[in-house]
Amino acid sequence: MLPYLSLAIWVPIVAGLLVLAVNRDADAAAARWLALVGAVAGFAVTIPLYVHFTLGTAEMQFVEAVEWIPRFNVNYLLGVDGISLLFVLLNSFVTVLVVWAGWVVIEKRVSQYMAAFLIMSGLINGVFAALDGVLFYVFFEAMLIPMYLIIGIWGGPNRVYAAIKFFLYTLLGSFLMLVAFIYLYSVSGGSFSILEWYQLPLSLKTQLLLFVAFFLSFAVKVPMWPVHTWLPDAHVEAPTGGSVVLAALTLKVGAYGFVRFVLPILPDASHYLANFVITLSLIAVIYIGFVALVQADMKKLIAYSSISHMGFVTLGFFLFSELGVEGGLVQMISHGFVSAAMFLCVGVLYDRMHSRQIADYGGVVNTMPRFAALAMLFAMANAGLPGTSGFVGEFMVILAAVKAKFWLGFLAAITLILGAAYTLWMYKRVWFGAVVSERVAALKDLSRREFWLLATLAAVVLFMGVYPKPFTDVMHASVTELLAHVAKSKL
Amino acid sequence: MTTGALPVNFDFVPALPEIALLVGACVVLLVDLVLPETRRSWSYWLTQLVVVSTAWLSLYVFHEAPAHTFGNTFIADTLADVLKFLSCVTVALTLAYSRSYLAARGLFRGETFALMMFALLGMMVMISANHFLLLYLGLELMSLSLYAMIALQRDSGQAVEAAMKYFVLGALASGLLLYGMSMIYGATGTLDVARVATTVFAGGVNKTMLAFGLVFVVSAIAFKLGAVPYHMWLPDVYEGAPTAMTLFVGSAPKLAAFGFMTRLLVGSLAAMAFDWQGMLLILSLLSMIAGNVIAISQTNIKRMLAYSTIANMGYMLMGFLAANINGYSAAMFYTITYVMTTLVSFGMVLLLSRAGFEADQLDDFKGLNQRSPWYAFLMLLTMFSLAGIPPTVGFYAKFAVIEAAVDVGLVWLAVVAVMASLIGAFYYLRIVKLMYFDDPVDDAPLEARSDTRVLLSINGLALLLLGIFPQWLLGMCVVALTRSY
Repeated sequence: MLPYLSLAIWVPIVAGLLVLAVNRDADAAAARWLALVGAVAGFAVTIPLYVHFTLGTAEMQFVEAVEWIPRFNVNYLLGVDGISLLFVLLNSFVTVLVVWAGWVVIEKRVSQYMAAFLIMSGLINGVFAALDGVLFYVFFEAMLIPMYLIIGIWGGPNRVYAAIKFFLYTLLGSFLMLVAFIYLYSVSGGSFSILEWYQLPLSLKTQLLLFVAFFLSFAVKVPMWPVHTWLPDAHVEAPTGGSVVLAALTLKVGAYGFVRFVLPILPDASHYLANFVITLSLIAVIYIGFVALVQADMKKLIAYSSISHMGFVTLGFFLFSELGVEGGLVQMISHGFVSAAMFLCVGVLYDRMHSRQIADYGGVVNTMPRFAALAMLFAMANAGLPGTSGFVGEFMVILAAVKAKFWLGFLAAITLILGAAYTLWMYKRVWFGAVVSERVAALKDLSRREFWLLATLAAVVLFMGVYPKPFTDVMHASVTELLAHVAKSKL
Repeated sequence: MTTGALPVNFDFVPALPEIALLVGACVVLLVDLVLPETRRSWSYWLTQLVVVSTAWLSLYVFHEAPAHTFGNTFIADTLADVLKFLSCVTVALTLAYSRSYLAARGLFRGETFALMMFALLGMMVMISANHFLLLYLGLELMSLSLYAMIALQRDSGQAVEAAMKYFVLGALASGLLLYGMSMIYGATGTLDVARVATTVFAGGVNKTMLAFGLVFVVSAIAFKLGAVPYHMWLPDVYEGAPTAMTLFVGSAPKLAAFGFMTRLLVGSLAAMAFDWQGMLLILSLLSMIAGNVIAISQTNIKRMLAYSTIANMGYMLMGFLAANINGYSAAMFYTITYVMTTLVSFGMVLLLSRAGFEADQLDDFKGLNQRSPWYAFLMLLTMFSLAGIPPTVGFYAKFAVIEAAVDVGLVWLAVVAVMASLIGAFYYLRIVKLMYFDDPVDDAPLEARSDTRVLLSINGLALLLLGIFPQWLLGMCVVALTRSY
């Protein structure tokens, strides 16, 4: 069998480097096509992962192990289970869309733009596939470099501030995580294998300290209230593609860290601090929901709605029930599609009007009916309407919350009202009503490229909403195993 | 000189690289006298030939087991061979990068080359010395050559001031070192590195006097490394010296200083590890924090990199103070990779400079990506390497020293270290920001000799390649230190 995981990581990176070689804007077309081929190839090599995935086992699959740095017993150790598999697929899929979305929009330094996204994609796959702490860390950190450049080079007016804030914020957490990794290496007698760390006995005090280090790292990435402030800035300034990757993929890395590291390695600390995390999650869900309501900038609104939705994910994880964790994972996948679509929708408008202010719009449905129809679907999905993917995860988490404690479920369910309120109110102000200005009147409906881009996402969102089984089946065994780890005290 | 029990041996082979370099330096000095001004490049190539041959010789005489010679005052072991080889390569690269710069400033002269070679000779003696006096001699040979090199640009007030400052403070440090050595001699009755070790280990020595001497020795080492609070000279010298000389001062001597420190602290005073660990801890802590914090407010890139050096030496010391092979090898790896990174960063400053223009302001890097994407990429690698972001080699350097500290239970120090790096990341990121996000203010085409371009590119890419495959260098550092100690 081919080393599919390595291919999933290195095909996009090598493609990115090749694209970088076409470093003249005169040859932009060549760079675009090369990038598209690279992205499609990157997605193609991940399909066998799903096809050949064995259901019903929590074992790591497609494992690749090569000695890498014997000095520190670091290995090139890759593998996916039901939890990480879907993210590799999601990432490779979204990369294709991102490359396609930047097709004609980006005119400045095209090859660098495309290369940044391709390399980013390979690195994100690496994060989800790595089973060695150092390898994970390398991918986790390296991811920052392309994103920093994406925001800083192709971003909006305040891009420098946003890029540096993004970088330093994430670095703060990850540096502490590095110390935590090295500490675990030291106490485990010289192993960086994540799965071996699962078995490591740790005192509660140690677990709590490690929890702080991991938590800061992943909470910043998710991002959880109150360390979320980098996200709205980064989203607003990033180009459309950057926002899509940020929301759909890099936020998932943070949440993934919780299930891959925090819950199984630090089960006692997780139980000890569960209420703390749940409280922060609920604040994110409710308070940030209100914050989203009052935003005047569409991208900012979606950014806050992302934080609110990711609050659901962490809430689900720390309920320690199968329904909760699976609900969180489904929510992550769904949010990957929906937030990508929402940002692409804003991108469609921004490319035409060069404004993200809700106040500048109104009556878009009159001039862009096809676009309005698709955007309606995504807005509904964002609000968690049954039949769309957004509903499945939220419903599972609310159900799990009600089972745990009634009032938890009650508070979580407020999001159904808030989500509908901020999304649909934005939809009403931007799309409905009379045409407010001549510029809106002059808008042209979706180009063929834009239409198919959004239609693909619409199909996925509907499919996942109606028939989520292919997604949940994969993760079932792994989630059960994860909960077994969480339930077993390490003291 | 040791007498009595140990037979006095006079084997020249272990010192072959030094001898070759000395002869070569004298030849260059003489040949340069008779060469007409138009043929100056001959001396340059001759110098390169000598330095590269010395590098080759260091590997040719490769020692798997330590070899002593000259009545035990000189030691050649794997550690020495490796450090000497790297020092020679570093000097060769320094010469190559600075060629155009020197030529444009009237410094492309035989004296420069000779001084560089004598400085290199001093470093090699420091690395191979097995006797306190020889250590001192090596240090002085290197330092005096460096002072003169900086002062060579006579028409620049700044350079002369830097040289003067360096000289006065350097002399003070030498005084401290000698004083410390005399104390150690007083306590142990010997100046032989290995014998000091055995005497101290056997016990019965005057601990107070020994500790007293140790303080002075550590201070002198800290001065040479530029660790806080002995760092005052460093930013001024880095800024004032002609950039080519800054590159020289900032690169190869760090390797020699590592060798010097290892000989003194590990070779002779390992039994006092508990005492010097505490001192290094304070030096390391202060350097990491002060270096990174002060670097933020700099607008001159040479000064900024000087503070970055101070911070980096702090990290290096953090590995060293673990006082085991794991820690020493981490520190050695740190030093080597740091020197590699310095070569690229100052090499880039040299490359952007031209006749009558010093690219020593941060703003001179504005829009480099638009002027030359390749150089901008190399500088980006350098900056991320200094910040310790994977997949560059700087990450493994930080990783190794943090691991060494955590391994001996200094988790809190590791946490302080990463927090200091976070502060450091800001000013490295600012360079990337200037290069990639801003528009150029200077549209002059970047011209560089093709050999400089190729070497700089290889050097820069090595930061990335070593970041992906760090094992061989990490392993080599362990092997070198295990064989020697």
